[in-house]
Amino acid sequence: MQKNERKKKEPQKQANLFTNYTIITNQYNMKGNPIWEVFIRSKNGLEHRHVGSLHAEDAKMAMENARDVYTRRQEGVSIWVVESKHITASNPSENGEMFDPAKDKAYRHPTFYDLPDELEHI
Amino acid sequence: MENKNKSLIDYLLILGDNSLILGHRLSELCGHGPSLETDIALTNISLDLFGQVRSYFQYAAELTGGEATEDTIAMKRVDREYRHTWLVEQANKDFAYVIGRQFLFDAFHLPLLEQLVNSKDEMIAAVAAKSIKESRYHLRFSSSWMERLGDGTQESHQRMQTAINDLYPFTYEFFEETATEKIMHEAGIGANLKTIETTYRQTIKDVFAKANLEIPSAPPRKTDGKKGIHSEQLGFILAELQYMQRAYPNMTW
Amino acid sequence: MEKIVDQEAAFQARIDAGEKIEPKDWMPEKYRKTHIRQISQHAHSEIVGMLPEGNWITRTPTLRRKVGLLAKVQDEAGHGLYLYSAAETLGISRDELFHQLHIGKAKYSSIFNYPTMTWADIGAIGWLVDGAAIINQVMLTRTSFGPYARAMVRICKEESFHQRQGYEIMLTLCEGTPEQKAMAQDALNRWWWPSLMMFGPRDAESPNTEQSVKWKIKRKTNDELRQQFIDITIPQAEILGITVPDPDLKWNEERQHYDFGEIDWDEFWQVVKGNGPCNKERLQARNDAWNNGAWVRNAARAHAEKRAEKERTAEAS
Repeated sequence: MQKNERKKKEPQKQANLFTNYTIITNQYNMKGNPIWEVFIRSKNGLEHRHVGSLHAEDAKMAMENARDVYTRRQEGVSIWVVESKHITASNPSENGEMFDPAKDKAYRHPTFYDLPDELEHI
Repeated sequence: MENKNKSLIDYLLILGDNSLILGHRLSELCGHGPSLETDIALTNISLDLFGQVRSYFQYAAELTGGEATEDTIAMKRVDREYRHTWLVEQANKDFAYVIGRQFLFDAFHLPLLEQLVNSKDEMIAAVAAKSIKESRYHLRFSSSWMERLGDGTQESHQRMQTAINDLYPFTYEFFEETATEKIMHEAGIGANLKTIETTYRQTIKDVFAKANLEIPSAPPRKTDGKKGIHSEQLGFILAELQYMQRAYPNMTW
Repeated sequence: MEKIVDQEAAFQARIDAGEKIEPKDWMPEKYRKTHIRQISQHAHSEIVGMLPEGNWITRTPTLRRKVGLLAKVQDEAGHGLYLYSAAETLGISRDELFHQLHIGKAKYSSIFNYPTMTWADIGAIGWLVDGAAIINQVMLTRTSFGPYARAMVRICKEESFHQRQGYEIMLTLCEGTPEQKAMAQDALNRWWWPSLMMFGPRDAESPNTEQSVKWKIKRKTNDELRQQFIDITIPQAEILGITVPDPDLKWNEERQHYDFGEIDWDEFWQVVKGNGPCNKERLQARNDAWNNGAWVRNAARAHAEKRAEKERTAEAS
């Protein structure tokens, strides 16, 4: 039934450093559990914004956890959750070629164009 | 008039005590949940329930008059005066009991509130209108955990079924109409428990099927919580709940 | 070798210029390790900190106090979660951090190894312990590591009610019966010195301070923060009409600060080493919660896998 190797192993016990209880090491998923990123729209008319992350095993659980963790103070009217592994992120070491070329394109901004002060509605 | 108030107060206790005692049980878990996310979620439910308790008891205190407050009602009654059902005082034996107890209560609580929003008593209708959204989410939460545990691992399935086997026989008590509930129902203030029961059994059937759980066939437990007869667990709950009010009476906190 | 030196210099220059460091940016290994240690210690403190206060949830004197305390302790779970998430961006799992806590390897704030005996302790913790924590946390909202700083902003926003709640509990006690006021004084007596210890050892014995200041984890030293805390707390105690248990405490007109007595550093180090009044109970409680929850976490995973499998089969057919 279970594909997960971790669960099939016999519990490995490890003595605690300074107490008498035991630590069952294979109860820890050292590689990490699925992480989800949470985005919340604080009110209609505004965009969803990243507010933080959480752990969940599936989308339904992620949605419920997001509601319980991140909207306790009326922070939102809409939630998006997406599993972190599905996000493709740019690489900071490539920031030069990615973002610097936009720096000298001042002509994309309105202040680039000189117009007389008395001119209106433009 | 006085008689009507007496029934109304009594009815508010029946409504409020379920939330009080269940809220108390859930509050015991704060800081001890299986994950941070579920810890937070269960505390949210507990807080919702205590919010409902405060509304019901503030109203009951107003009707009672004199020195009564939400706190004297919550903390200064004796054991026999509490009116909750046995289900909600059952202990947090493990997470399956917590979820089973929650689901079996939520499935009752939601249709109850759906009726109470139309109560002729404006205060009850207003409390129900606020609580109904909370309860709808509680049911969603507990149902999805019923499914996760019932249809998870072999161990979780076993634990969930065991918890349900123990808890389910307490659910019949919800629908045994007391004299107070009859008066309130007939006055258009209280709910019609018979119609709720139909909805209830259907919800159970649906969720149990998804959760791969069997509906226990054990007969109803003979319990009379709504008449003030409780399990041996209540005394210990009250020992904590009432501790400060009993040890340091008549002080402001 | 030179290249690494250059990289480190460039990294430090970014921090000096007030830039934030984000998880995927290059960073010195020591920066990463220090942050994992500090953020996780902070997270552990939130989670272990739930225990002494949680201890009173079922016994609050009123319903109003009950919802206030429940919401506060719940916030601490949330804050632990935000902080573990920040640590996870540095490439360590929450489970591994829990493991370090559970085996007694990771540290957390020693203050939570003291017992909450009376209701007034809940007031004293909110007032003093949260008060001391806020001083640290406000400073950390401007720390150089982005995820940590963002978590702190959120935490500070949410925590603003915690200290007010604690102080209100104390104020109500001090305005109450003599018995209640004595309860408040007793709590102050027990929590005062441990609160001062929260700022850590004296600067002379705090070797990491210099590095922490460079990375903006710290903007003030332990002793500076401790002094700041004492200076703002004494007038608050005066309003309550109770006194801190320090015969040497007095206002120094020249320094424009309070002078105060010597902290019992032996007690401090004993509690850090695990010999405080409740260290074992705290770790036991965390281990119990974790072990009792193992089958629940496994069930959630197994269920998610089953559902995913069902969806795949449905799509294939």
